[in-house]
Amino acid sequence: MSGSDVTRGGVGGSQPGRDALTGARGGRGRHRRRRGRGEQPMVPEARFSSYYGKPVLNKPTWKPLDIAGYLWLGGLAGGSSLLAAGAQATGRPALARAAKLGAAGAISASLAALVHDLGRPARFLNMLRVFKPTSPMNMGSWLLAGYAPLTVAAAAAEVTGRYRMLGAGATAAAAVLGPAVATYTAVLISDTAVPSWHEGYREMPFVFAGSGASAAAGLALACVPTGQAGPARRMAVLGAALEMGTFQLMKRRMGLVAEPFEQGGPHKLLRAAELLTAGGAALSALAGRRGSRPLAVAAGAALLSGSAALRFGVFHAGVASAEDPKYTVVPQRERLRTRAG
Amino acid sequence: MTEGSTAAVHGAGGAAPSGNLLFGPQPNVAEAAGYPDAPPRMGFFTDTSVCIGCKACEVACKEWNAVPEDGLELTGMSYDNTQGLGADTWRHVAFIEQRKPLGGQEPGVHHGGFDVFEAARQLGASPSSPGPGATAPPPESAPAGAPAGEISPVSPDGRTELRWLMSSDVCKHCTHAACLDVCPTGALFRTEFGTVVVQEDVCNGCGYCVPACPYGVIDQREGDGRVWKCTLCYDRLGVGMEPACAKACPTDSIQFGPLEELRERAAARVAQLHAAGVTDARLYGESPDDGVGGDGAFFLLLDEPEVYGLPPDPVVTTRDLPAMWRHAAMAAASLAALGIASFVRRPR
Ligand code: SF4
Ligand code: SF4
Repeated sequence: MSGSDVTRGGVGGSQPGRDALTGARGGRGRHRRRRGRGEQPMVPEARFSSYYGKPVLNKPTWKPLDIAGYLWLGGLAGGSSLLAAGAQATGRPALARAAKLGAAGAISASLAALVHDLGRPARFLNMLRVFKPTSPMNMGSWLLAGYAPLTVAAAAAEVTGRYRMLGAGATAAAAVLGPAVATYTAVLISDTAVPSWHEGYREMPFVFAGSGASAAAGLALACVPTGQAGPARRMAVLGAALEMGTFQLMKRRMGLVAEPFEQGGPHKLLRAAELLTAGGAALSALAGRRGSRPLAVAAGAALLSGSAALRFGVFHAGVASAEDPKYTVVPQRERLRTRAG
Repeated sequence: MTEGSTAAVHGAGGAAPSGNLLFGPQPNVAEAAGYPDAPPRMGFFTDTSVCIGCKACEVACKEWNAVPEDGLELTGMSYDNTQGLGADTWRHVAFIEQRKPLGGQEPGVHHGGFDVFEAARQLGASPSSPGPGATAPPPESAPAGAPAGEISPVSPDGRTELRWLMSSDVCKHCTHAACLDVCPTGALFRTEFGTVVVQEDVCNGCGYCVPACPYGVIDQREGDGRVWKCTLCYDRLGVGMEPACAKACPTDSIQFGPLEELRERAAARVAQLHAAGVTDARLYGESPDDGVGGDGAFFLLLDEPEVYGLPPDPVVTTRDLPAMWRHAAMAAASLAALGIASFVRRPR
């Protein structure tokens, strides 16, 4: 029953909110209404039906640290490969060294995170038993299978000082694949039924591209003497601008399903990401002008953590959107209504 | 949501679709998946208008497929303690109570002026009710206020509407199955019957299929790491038997058979219900034109899908995949350009 006692005297002890009401706009889904300080809802409260407020979707089973970490490290590696190749071509040995090591380290760690997240890690290589363009994770595995060895070869040549020609070739090839490594992860999460990930599929790759660039720039800023870090500073500013601009664009386009980005934990993370990334970019410009190492290190740390906060924010917002039936039902209802004319 | 992608996938013309479409009608899934002489596509038609919520299907499924127990909790929200589909629940009977009459309903609780409560209280105590053999008081002795010849009101305002909706949910075995599309290992595959099955010896537990499914069906089993869902009893189909749930269903709410035949049967059943005054009756997931190209397991519902916890307009996520790859390629090119721009002039 709906929690009420039907007696001869009528209905007693009824528990409001437990009834499954009739029709598309019958009940109000029970959802948390946490909203950051006095913010206006982007879309008026929608009335919709649900099955006792239960989610329609099964939420991602991915572990946040592994998969958000995987997204972040992939961007860091991809951006670093670009810096490595550029530094190599323009004769900035310290920058090239830091970027090569950064790319190899980040991609190795991201692979470790990916394998660690599997329910059956020993079966990791099953990812390569097919070639399947409809599966971004499969495509990503092939991409990493090509990219990771290149970065490791480039880093090994750098460290040992041997096979320099091979190392240079590997660095250049890694720079060709790097941008794909940084952006394919956006397709990975968008190609799901998770509302706040799927609806952002147009802008998410650009957000991740910018975020990857600013992370790579951050690592370089933290590790490289100011004299050679000029390109990293420019990359920091450009990357931050790309990331923040396209993220705003994405939220504006998404409508109701942008809401999870504006609420609770994800909102805090994304706000922190914004402050850290913008602050880091500004600091890096300042560090360049003053030639100050400590400032550059602070800028680098801010950019790296800003990029990480963005990935964790996006990750958790997606999970939140899958957990609330509102974000599945309301846009779909809206779609049906529009189609009906 | 609707971009050029749809047209791109359909290719030129859009006549008799063949090969692997990501979206749209696909009359021959098994052939498109590479079975030259496939048997007819098999599926379920779940007619929820005759479901009695007995959960025989849930039990039969667990038994036949040796699905482990997944918590014995009482939800307190309704008679439904299973809650939803998951790794260890491949059939789930939803239970909904509504203040709404079932069209043309014969409630069968007509008292005809006879009050059982009063009669029970009088049993053996009153001369008119001396015990066994004489239980019916004369109609005029019914207490004042008891409505003669009507159903007892169940709500204070005197309304009597009440209906229970029960529906056995299951994997939809989509024509365009997102779970199958995104699986990186090929563990999920299309069978010759047009159904979607996980090969548990291949699945590496990446979990990608879980958020990809627009219906929230497939899930990862804790402690096992792999994902599990309804197989439409692939093992039983292989030897010409019907799935365990359909076999166990006492009211034939779950009907199994060739999809074409089920669709005809379903259309007839809807017409019959409409004629009987149950105007709420509608089919869900039967149309090959919907966002997943039609479900292999479809339903007759008596209310909007979301009331049962089903998405009102599911779309296979891979419909937009070509557009996603395009956007990612553009973003990668932008990133490369950004990298070059960072080096073009030495800022000092
Ligand atoms: S996408 Fe979901 S409903 Fe469709 S076949 Fe896969 S698990 Fe079943
Ligand atoms: S969890 Fe298993 S079945 Fe699901 S996508 Fe990964 S490998 Fe495929």
